[in-house]
Amino acid sequence: MAKDEITKGYRLVGTRPNRPDGLDKVTGRARYGADFSLPGMLWAAVVRSPHAHAKIKRIDASKALALDGVKAVVTRADLPTGLEGEDLNLQENTLAGEKALYDGHAVAAVAATSQLLAQDAARLIEVEYEVLPHVTDVDEAMKPGAPVIREGAADYSVPEGMHPNVVRHMEFGHGDVEAGFAAADIVREGTYKTEATHQGYIEPHACVGQMGEDGRGEMWVCTQGHWYIRRMSAAVLGIEAANLRVTPSEIGGGFGGKTTIFMEPLTLALSKKAGGRPVKLVMSRAEVLRATGPTASASMDVKIGMKKDGTVTAGQVMFRMQGGAFVGMSPIGEALPCAFACYDIPALKHEAVEVLANRPKAAAYRAPGSPMAAFAVESLMDEMCRELHLDPIEVRLKNAAKEGTKSSYGPIYNRIGLVETLEAAKAHPNYAIRLGPNQGRGVASGFWFNHGGETSVSLAIGEDGTVQVSIGTPDIGGSRASIALMTAETIGIPYENVRVNVVETGALGVNEPTHGSRATFASGKAAVEAARQAIAEMCRRAAAEWEIEPEAVEWKDGAAQPAGPNAGKFPPMTIAEIGAKMGGTGGPISGHHETNAGGVGASFGTHVVDVEVDPETGRTTVLRYLVVQDAGTAIHPAYVEGQYQGGAAQGIGWALNEEYVYGSDGRLQNTVFLDYRIPVASDLPMIDTVIVEVPNPGHPYGVRGVGETGITPPLPALAAAIAEATGARLRSLPMSPPKVLAAIKAKRQA
Amino acid sequence: MRYHTPTSFQEASRLAAASGGLLRYLAGGTDVLVQMRAGMVQPDELIDLKHIPGVFDISRTADGGWRIGVAVPGRALGAHEALCRDWPGVVEGMNLVGSTQVQGRATLVGNLCNGSPAADSVPGLVAAGATVTVTGPDSSREMPVEAIPTAPGRTALKKGELISAVTLPPRGPRGGDAYLRFIPRTEMDIAVVGAAVNLTLDGDRIATARVALGAVAPTVLLVEEAAKAIIGSTLDDAALDRLAAASSAAAKPISDKRGTVEFRVDVAGVLARRAAQIAYDRAKGTGK
Ligand SMILES: Cc1cc2nc3c(=O)[nH]c(=O)nc-3n(C[C@H](O)[C@H](O)[C@H](O)COP(=O)(O)OP(=O)(O)OC[C@H]3O[C@@H](n4cnc5c(N)ncnc54)[C@H](O)[C@@H]3O)c2cc1C
Repeated sequence: MAKDEITKGYRLVGTRPNRPDGLDKVTGRARYGADFSLPGMLWAAVVRSPHAHAKIKRIDASKALALDGVKAVVTRADLPTGLEGEDLNLQENTLAGEKALYDGHAVAAVAATSQLLAQDAARLIEVEYEVLPHVTDVDEAMKPGAPVIREGAADYSVPEGMHPNVVRHMEFGHGDVEAGFAAADIVREGTYKTEATHQGYIEPHACVGQMGEDGRGEMWVCTQGHWYIRRMSAAVLGIEAANLRVTPSEIGGGFGGKTTIFMEPLTLALSKKAGGRPVKLVMSRAEVLRATGPTASASMDVKIGMKKDGTVTAGQVMFRMQGGAFVGMSPIGEALPCAFACYDIPALKHEAVEVLANRPKAAAYRAPGSPMAAFAVESLMDEMCRELHLDPIEVRLKNAAKEGTKSSYGPIYNRIGLVETLEAAKAHPNYAIRLGPNQGRGVASGFWFNHGGETSVSLAIGEDGTVQVSIGTPDIGGSRASIALMTAETIGIPYENVRVNVVETGALGVNEPTHGSRATFASGKAAVEAARQAIAEMCRRAAAEWEIEPEAVEWKDGAAQPAGPNAGKFPPMTIAEIGAKMGGTGGPISGHHETNAGGVGASFGTHVVDVEVDPETGRTTVLRYLVVQDAGTAIHPAYVEGQYQGGAAQGIGWALNEEYVYGSDGRLQNTVFLDYRIPVASDLPMIDTVIVEVPNPGHPYGVRGVGETGITPPLPALAAAIAEATGARLRSLPMSPPKVLAAIKAKRQA
Repeated sequence: MRYHTPTSFQEASRLAAASGGLLRYLAGGTDVLVQMRAGMVQPDELIDLKHIPGVFDISRTADGGWRIGVAVPGRALGAHEALCRDWPGVVEGMNLVGSTQVQGRATLVGNLCNGSPAADSVPGLVAAGATVTVTGPDSSREMPVEAIPTAPGRTALKKGELISAVTLPPRGPRGGDAYLRFIPRTEMDIAVVGAAVNLTLDGDRIATARVALGAVAPTVLLVEEAAKAIIGSTLDDAALDRLAAASSAAAKPISDKRGTVEFRVDVAGVLARRAAQIAYDRAKGTGK
């Protein structure tokens, strides 16, 4: 790959040293959310609605409070009123007010001296409900007779005459789509549906909160973003942000689902009522599945015009998405711009609506909106390629967006690597393997914007010349290793001499969470800037000692050196020497950088999957899987490969078996991993990866984000492979054996 | 909750007969302990059977069959070469249960008495014609395995009764059995359909056969029509078609989160057919 050329010249960037968190994790020493405890701590349990939609008529906690050891109960009545917008949504989701809006919606919480006692007490809290009609399917929720979930929730964007559950509307585009369709040789349309899926992180949400009567609090929590936890918890409870100090734990997966609050403020509210004793709350898997944020479910219409040679002349989409019973939670705003982002198409029309349904409040999930959009658009592209007997990679190359292309959503792309991923996929040996009976191959491409965002990083030189970097983005994918590599590369010291710590909210300015594939990009960029600042200071210290101008000192190989013969003849002064005497030369040496990181580089990927489908049971076996993606620069290639494989694995689960199964009563039926079927290790082949490196000019080492794009192509790629293997095209996920078998039988009968 | 460790089945039975509340026996605990932790069951009496002598033994019976203790875990069945040679289908059913960790504990009797229609070891036991010894406070009796489950989560055992052993009949020459289950994944899932076939040969022809289906009715089904469909045949395509049709016809499943009626009916036939082929090849000595 191009990799070697590009990373040539780097000493550390592009190598694969041991991860700094590895030993702690394999020895069990790493402290995850649920590992944290304090003396005098109470345990909390949450009372949840068993109904999808119900009026809460009465809550009686007297029996629970009468138990010895029960210290506090909180309901919505204990929380401040008068919140608006997303703050109100967050509060409403933390504890239901007048109505329970989904099965599992929190209604009350209790704190007691043991976990068992708290659970017993929760069962004793009596809640009287008036059950209301409910709706969980996005298309059903828009139909005339559907129960109204929130009266008057729609914003100004919604055209008149739509059902009150339709709360947001978006549209944009360019060119003349009708002319585009008229110029096409074939115009095809399809409707595609995806079910909600959960991030499936292994570590359930866990948190210890402590708050005194004075409204000052602390929280230890498993999260992707502790400043968000601080801001959201403060808003829900009506306290000041600076009075809440939040420390993140090691994190057992998040994938976007831990960028927001679910039950965290309850620990503070309970603690305050219980005289300031710390309160611990750990969700069960069933609570995670019922009451934390999955991604949206979607119903999507696509129309594409194509010439016989594969040139796309126009495209049009209409997406309907539900993100639960809360406004603003469906990713329509991301799904639409992602829909045609891979292509340079003269005429496009995008339209979407957000619809409320009696489901949990959706959260971000790896490239929110993009996998659904890709399932719809890439599936139809594939159907049209097959109809016209065109190679799917050639058609994508013909229409591919490149540097200078005006993207489907407006901005002009700078240097991007979609074409390189397509070329690499075409050249990969997997693409040439001949397939046997009942086997099929699918190809799809995918896109994610990536994100910069608010970032604050500090770096300090130790007395021995080692370097400590304080970052505010929890490490969910190897960012500590990558940031250590970039810092060590910049300063010219060994990787082992840099320790990167994720620090609490009291230690840095506001950091956005680790979302949008931004940690290695944004915290990395800020760490490099902070390192440069520290280097400049170290050069000044050396200059002062040598009594020459700071400009006459340059930094090389971890030491200050005279810049050229005119600067004077001094032996290099190493970072260790400078650190040892910094107390006497002006005090501690540090660097600091804060930014709303610009220069983001989008990441494109192309996947190729081969499957075999059992024609008698509809069961799909993934034979081999190839991920090709542009990383910009792979700072730590093993982690990049891990992200590619992880994205593909989650995408395979979404495509084949994962789904939220609701009963006719609106209750979620599959609340444990036995029935919420994420792939197990033996379901997956070793996922092959190719790292394409088209450096991002907006980052000192060329980093793009790599975390999210990888979940985007698997959905359509698998649908294409199954279509080739069986002759039956599935337009609704998951492509579980019963659905595939039914499609095969329908095909045979036709 | 009271926890008991009786040292004989009579004592266990007396404890059970005397108990007034909710009772569970503790064999491997891979159902009971999980249910307790999930808050689904809060027993008043928990009677651990693992302190009774002999419960971990696998022994030959006088007539050449096998007697399996009630605490023998799946792992031990799989490690027993002679038993695996005689009853590979029974063992493979039990060995599909759970993971390595679960295999170290989970038992045949626990799987049977938990009463799940999808229990993986039960179709194999039924097809094999296995029996269980039921010990009560006063006496013991022998019952066929298929008579134990009566509905999901329910058994025919009366108050004070428990199972003290599983007995497999003699294998005899030219016999073979097999069990297959359908799950959407490769592991850690619950059978959407299960099928076991046990048969003996006379020459190339099937002399006797038993076919059992799991997860397609409230209890495991012993399907006589399916057995009749292949008895006397050399398991040619026509016989296999008849077997599949009879198996599908016998399936009376429900649609739920794990599969639809239509799917289960179809796949019952498919699996019966595939299991029969494996059992036939094993009986001829050509299979694995
Ligand atoms: C992770 C996991 C995966 C699993 N996967 C599967 C699977 O793939 N397939 C499957 O079929 N099952 C599966 N199970 C369920 C379980 O492991 C099996 O049902 C197992 O065989 C139960 O045996 P046990 O010895 O652990 O039973 P226990 O939990 O000890 O007991 C189960 C029930 O049997 C009763 N009982 C036990 N012994 C006797 C006796 N001697 N007389 C009367 N009643 C008795 C108990 O009262 C209890 O009701 C799984 C369980 C787990 C935790």
